[in-house]
Amino acid sequence: MKVRVLVGTRKGAFILTSDEARQQWDVSGPHFAGWEIYHIKGSAADTNRIYVSQSSGWFGQIIQRSDDGGASWYQPGTPAGEQVDAEQGMPQGESNKFVYDISEQTGKPLATHQSHDGSQHPWEFKRVWHLEPSPSDPDIVYAGVEDAALFVSRDGGQNWQELAALRDCSGSQWSPGAGGMCLHSILLDEDNPQRIFVAISAAGVFRTDDGGQSWKPINRGLVSNYIPDPEAEVGHCVHSIARHRAQPDVLFMQKHWDVMRSDNAGDLWQEVSGNLPSDFGFPIEVHAHEPETIYVIPIKSDSLHYPPDGKLRVYRSRTGGESWCALTNGLPQKNCYVNVLRDAMAVDSMPSCGIYFGTTGGQVYASADSGDSWHAIVRDLPAVLSVEVQTLP
Amino acid sequence: MIRVVLPYHLKNLAAVDDEVTVAVIGEVTRDSVLDALESLYPMLRGTIRDHQSKQRRPYIRFFACQQDWSFRPGDEALPAEVAEGREPFLIVGAIVGG
Repeated sequence: MKVRVLVGTRKGAFILTSDEARQQWDVSGPHFAGWEIYHIKGSAADTNRIYVSQSSGWFGQIIQRSDDGGASWYQPGTPAGEQVDAEQGMPQGESNKFVYDISEQTGKPLATHQSHDGSQHPWEFKRVWHLEPSPSDPDIVYAGVEDAALFVSRDGGQNWQELAALRDCSGSQWSPGAGGMCLHSILLDEDNPQRIFVAISAAGVFRTDDGGQSWKPINRGLVSNYIPDPEAEVGHCVHSIARHRAQPDVLFMQKHWDVMRSDNAGDLWQEVSGNLPSDFGFPIEVHAHEPETIYVIPIKSDSLHYPPDGKLRVYRSRTGGESWCALTNGLPQKNCYVNVLRDAMAVDSMPSCGIYFGTTGGQVYASADSGDSWHAIVRDLPAVLSVEVQTLP
Repeated sequence: MIRVVLPYHLKNLAAVDDEVTVAVIGEVTRDSVLDALESLYPMLRGTIRDHQSKQRRPYIRFFACQQDWSFRPGDEALPAEVAEGREPFLIVGAIVGG
């Protein structure tokens, strides 16, 4: 078996590969040098299929796709021979078209959302934050975008259709977090394709049980003292959510502040921050084989986006939250002031579960033993935006 | 006395734990409350509103009695519940500021 770690950075993508031992690594990249790679994720249905969100303030949004495990790339929808480099301008494909659905048949009017100053601001597409390939069909992929909305492609990234009913869920009350008003988390249910969870900053978590035709906010139990109504139905700054296939109704959440869990598919949340040194942070992940083992990386506060005491520590709970222990072996324990962003932690499904995370300082750390020990695969990449991992046969 | 709730970072700046109370002479408006607040806590001058123009800074919002007062005139009388101390005047920081 092998693992392939997919790393998105501010200035390109990198692919890190290793064998089962996960001690020696091959590094390829930068792919798409100079572009912001908010997310790069492989399909579980076809491990050779990889999708990339490539964006730039100058050129806009592009979707890249590989059908050979990252050896070559193209923009879906681009006719053969028309691929162009970034230096030459915008690729000629159709894959960069993310158009909000305002049609009478399936869409919703393109209304406004709250800006940071409280004024209403028109919905505007900015970039794709997260790509979530279907677990069963490599040609189906979901995209979470800024300004927050959910899109789906059923033809391998050539054409994108918005699931517009989501915007109808009190969208006028959504507002941007520090990174923008983004839909950053998408959880697909392997056993129930009609059920999807998404998280939006700063709006909260939403669930559909009919494949996206209707949605409901599922934020009861969240308390955010930094918004006018701390227990509002929407408006919470959720940073990431995670779940394990073996417990489909159990969700874990890293909120702006607070680590939360729900045992009923998000209908009610309870805080499980317990003994964490800080319950502010961005990513949260679940162990591949232990549904009650979860990982977070505490960050000191929302103004100090670095670890408490200059010590980079992953915290692991084997009890689904509340009781946490610090994992420090191999991680810097002094003078460390990097951040770990919401999509920058992932787990593999090797028999001994591997954990990976990337920092804004350009390090990508790996643990091949469920977090007991760590080493840096690379130390000097551009700021890491996302980390995903594929376990290969 | 008027009860005022500050956002987390401004609580730290002003070295207060919870809500603060200020005395206002005359009509209780947003501007008169802020004048009293800045008089009591001078370190807050320039954080909630611009020193010169007195315009609200973009990452700051005002709420009273579940209503958004961010865009109301500064000399408009605040609700009686706030003026009588039964409800606090909320100064809220935008999440995007963190």
